[in-house]
Amino acid sequence: MTQSDFFSLDGISKRFGVVQALDNVSIAFRPGEVLALVGENGAGKSTMMRILEGVFGPDNGTVRHGATPIVFGEPRDSHRAGIRVIHQEPEIVPNLTVAENIFVGELPRLAGVLLDWRKLEERTDRVLATFGMQQDMRPRQLCGTLGPAQRQMIEIMRAIRAGGRLIAFDEPTSSLTDDEARRLFSVIRRLREEGTSIIYISHRLNEIIDLADRIVVLRDGRLVDDSPAAGASEQTIAKLMVGRNIADLFTRETWRSGEQLLDVAGLTTDRVSDVSLRVRRGEVLGIAGLMGAGRSELAKAIVGYDQRIAGTIAMNGVPVLPNSPHAAIVAGIGFAPEDRKHEALLLFRSILDNASLCVPDKTSSFGFFNRRKALEIVSPLAAKMSIKAPNLDEQVSKLSGGNQQKVVLARWLARQPMLLILDEPTRGIDIGAKAEIYRLIDELAASGIGIILISSEMPELIGLADRVLVMAGGRITAELSRPDIDEATILKHAMPQSAPAPGDHIQ
Amino acid sequence: MNSLELRASKAQTDARGASARLVERLGVHNISLLVALAILVVIFGSLRGDVFFSSRNLLNIGLGITILGVLAMSQTVVIVGGGLDIAVGATVGLTTVSTAMAIQATGSPAAGIVAGLMLGGLAGLVNGIIITYGRVNAVIATLGTMAIFRGIAFIMSDGQSIAIFSDTFRFIGIGRILGLPLLVWILVLTAIAFHLFLARSIVGRNIYALGGNAVVARFSGININRYRVGIYIMSGVAAGLAGILLAARTGSGQPVSGSQGLELEAITAAVLGGCALQGGKGTIVGALLGVAIIGVLNNGMILTSVPTFYQLLAKGSLLILAVVIAEYHLNRT
Ligand SMILES: Nc1ncnc2c1ncn2[C@@H]1O[C@H](COP(=O)(O)OP(=O)(O)OP(=O)(O)O)[C@@H](O)[C@H]1O
Ligand SMILES: [Mg+2]
Repeated sequence: MTQSDFFSLDGISKRFGVVQALDNVSIAFRPGEVLALVGENGAGKSTMMRILEGVFGPDNGTVRHGATPIVFGEPRDSHRAGIRVIHQEPEIVPNLTVAENIFVGELPRLAGVLLDWRKLEERTDRVLATFGMQQDMRPRQLCGTLGPAQRQMIEIMRAIRAGGRLIAFDEPTSSLTDDEARRLFSVIRRLREEGTSIIYISHRLNEIIDLADRIVVLRDGRLVDDSPAAGASEQTIAKLMVGRNIADLFTRETWRSGEQLLDVAGLTTDRVSDVSLRVRRGEVLGIAGLMGAGRSELAKAIVGYDQRIAGTIAMNGVPVLPNSPHAAIVAGIGFAPEDRKHEALLLFRSILDNASLCVPDKTSSFGFFNRRKALEIVSPLAAKMSIKAPNLDEQVSKLSGGNQQKVVLARWLARQPMLLILDEPTRGIDIGAKAEIYRLIDELAASGIGIILISSEMPELIGLADRVLVMAGGRITAELSRPDIDEATILKHAMPQSAPAPGDHIQ
Repeated sequence: MNSLELRASKAQTDARGASARLVERLGVHNISLLVALAILVVIFGSLRGDVFFSSRNLLNIGLGITILGVLAMSQTVVIVGGGLDIAVGATVGLTTVSTAMAIQATGSPAAGIVAGLMLGGLAGLVNGIIITYGRVNAVIATLGTMAIFRGIAFIMSDGQSIAIFSDTFRFIGIGRILGLPLLVWILVLTAIAFHLFLARSIVGRNIYALGGNAVVARFSGININRYRVGIYIMSGVAAGLAGILLAARTGSGQPVSGSQGLELEAITAAVLGGCALQGGKGTIVGALLGVAIIGVLNNGMILTSVPTFYQLLAKGSLLILAVVIAEYHLNRT
C-alpha cells in the first residue's frame, strides 16, 4: 500500500459469526476525489463505513491518518477527526423539527440555556438554500411528517453542514428522485472542488460513471478492483461486481394483458384525491411522480391502510371493504411498502418468520406454526432471490439493506396475490438482484398477476410498464401507454402546476 | 452462487459442538437466568441450608409461585403484544371476592369458578376497550382500572373477608395428586398451554408481530384492534384463574390481602425473563425462570428473616435492575 498523508484503510478484516464481511481490504483515500464503492448486496460496503466511522472496530487491520494508526472508540471520535458518514437508513428524530434535526448537537443557544430559534432558523434556511430545498420543507416542520426522501436529505444536510474532510455517502440516492439526486450531485461536486474526499456508495451505476474519479469494487468482502473511473462502463463495473455478465436488464416476455382485475374509482383519502385506475391481469401499471406526489399514499389507500373518505375499489368486480388491509389481502392484493424498516419488516424476527408472515394458512397445521411447511415455501424463494444469509433463522436486522428488501419481496411471492403493488421494489438492490427482480416481475405478469409498480427510476418504468400513470399533488395528472412512455413526458406531467407547493399538503 | 453459500455456511453451523447448540436452544438470556437462580440457591442454601433444602420448603416455594406464575405468563403475552397490564393484582382481588360470594350464594364450586373467570374476562375486556378504542396509553388505563377494580372489590365485599366452606373447592388449593400439590400441576399445565400458544400458534406469532411493529402487523392483514382487545381479555381470564387459585388456597375471598403487589412481581418476572417493554420480545420459559428467581428470593428473605419493608425494597430494585439489563442488551444488538 502506498503511503499517503490522508486517511487510509490498511488490511481491514471483519467477521460476523460465519459471515466474513470484510477480508483484508486496503484503500487509500485522497482529498478532492470521489471514490465510488460498489459491490453486491452484502459485499461489505456498509460494514466498511461503520468501521471508518468507529461504530465498531475491525478484527484485523488499521485505519490510518498518514502513517499514524488511529482508533475510534465511538462515532464522536471520528467526527472530530473530520470523518462523516451518511447512513443508508436515515437516523432522524421524528418529533423534532427539521432545523433541530439538522443542527442536532450544535444548536445555537441564548444565554447558555435557551434555544436561539432565530439564529437556528437563519442557519437552517441557509443550509436548505444550498440544496434548493426551501420549497420542500420548512425549518419548523416536524420531521415525522416527512417522507423517506426528505428524511434522507436531512441526514445529508446534517453531515455536510458540520463540515468534514472525508464524507461518505452510503446509498444516498436510493430513496431520492432524480431531481433531488441532481441537486445532491452538484453539492458533491462542489465539495470535491473544495478538497473534500468523498466516498460514494450506490447501486445506480449510471450515477457512478457520472460522478466518480476512482472505482473500488468489493466482492464477498474482498477488494477485487481499484482503478480510475475513466473508461469504465456500466457493463464492466457490473461484471466486476457480480463476477459474470449481466444479461439484458429489462425483459418482458409478453405484453398481452387479460381481463379486468382491479377497478379503483374516485378514491379519496387525506392524501390522494379522486383517483381512478384500472389494472388488467398480466399488466404492469407504472406509477411515476416526484417525491410527495402521493404515490405511496395511493398504494396505502388501495390496500385499506389509510382511511378511505370516498370512492370504490373492486377486485374481479367484487367490492373490497374499506379500511381493512386484511380485506385487501383476502381479496388478493399484496403490497410491499417502500419503507422496509418501519412498514415491512419485523427486525428482531428471523428471515423465515418475516417471509411467512402473510401465509399463516399455508404454514400451519391446526392453528400451529409448522416449520417444515414454512421452510418448503420460503427456502426456494430465498434461493431464487439469492438472499445472502448464514441461514433462514438469521435475524432480519443483521442482513444488509438489499437483502432485507428481498425478504419483503419473498413474503409476497409466498402469498401469490392476484394483484401485487410494489413500492420502489429495487431500492437499495444490487444490479444482479435487480435484473432478477425485473425478471420476476415479468414472470409474475406472464402468469396473469396484475402489478402496480411505483418507482422513481425512469428506466425501470419505461422498460417494464404497459402503462404509466403520472401523479402530482395527490392526483393523477396523466396516463401514458406504450410506446409513448418517455422521460420528458413523464417529467412534464410530474411537475406540480397549480397544485400547492410540495411541503404544504403534508401537514 | 448464493445458494451454495447458504449450504456451505449451514455445514459450518452443524459442525459446531453440542454445547454451542444447547446454548443456542436455551438462549444466552435464559442461561444467565439459570446462573442467577443457582447463585440465589447457593446463597440461601449456605445461610439456612437446613430449612431451605427441606422438601417442605421446596414445596412451599412451588406453591408460592403458582399464582405468580400464571400472572407472569399472561403478563408476558401482554408485553410481547406491546401492552402492559398493571390491573392484574386488583383483578385477582376482585375475582377472589366474586368467587367466594358465588360459592356462598349457591354452594356450588363450579359457580364460583365460572364467576371468577367471567369477571376476570370482563375486567380484561374493559381494559382492552379503553386502550384500543379509547386510545388511552396502556399504563395509564390499567392504572386507572386498578383503582376501580379494587374499589369494586371493596364495595362487593364490604371490605370483609368472605369465607369459603366448600371442601371440593378447597381441594384445588390444598389437595394433592400423585404426591404433588394440585396447584403445582395446574401451573405445569398452564405453562405448557401458554408456551405452545405464544411460541407455536399462529395467533401467538401474530402477537409477536403486533408488538414488534404494529404498522407491519396491520399491513400484513392482522386485525390489530381485535388482537389488542383479545390480549387483555386473556390477561383478565388468567387473573381470574389466579384469583380462583388464591381463594382456594386461603379459603376466602379478600379485596386486597394476598393480591396486592402481584402486578409488580408479575411484570418483574416477565421482564427478568427477557420481555422488552417496547414489545415483540419475550418467552414463557424466560418468564417462568423469572418467577423461580422471585420465588426463591421471597422464600429466602423470609427464611433469613429480612424485614418486610426491606423485602419490598429488594423487589422494586429487582424490577429496575431487570429493565436496565434488558435495555442494555437491546441497545447492543
Ligand atoms: N451486525 C451484524 N451481525 C451479523 N452480520 C452482519 C452484521 N452487519 C452486517 N452483517 C453481514 O455482513 C455482510 C456485509 O454487510 P453490509 O451491510 O456491509 O453489506 P453492503 O455491502 O452494505 O450491502 P447492501 O448493498 O445490501 O447495503 C452481510 O452478509 C451482512 O449480513
Ligand atoms: Mg449497505
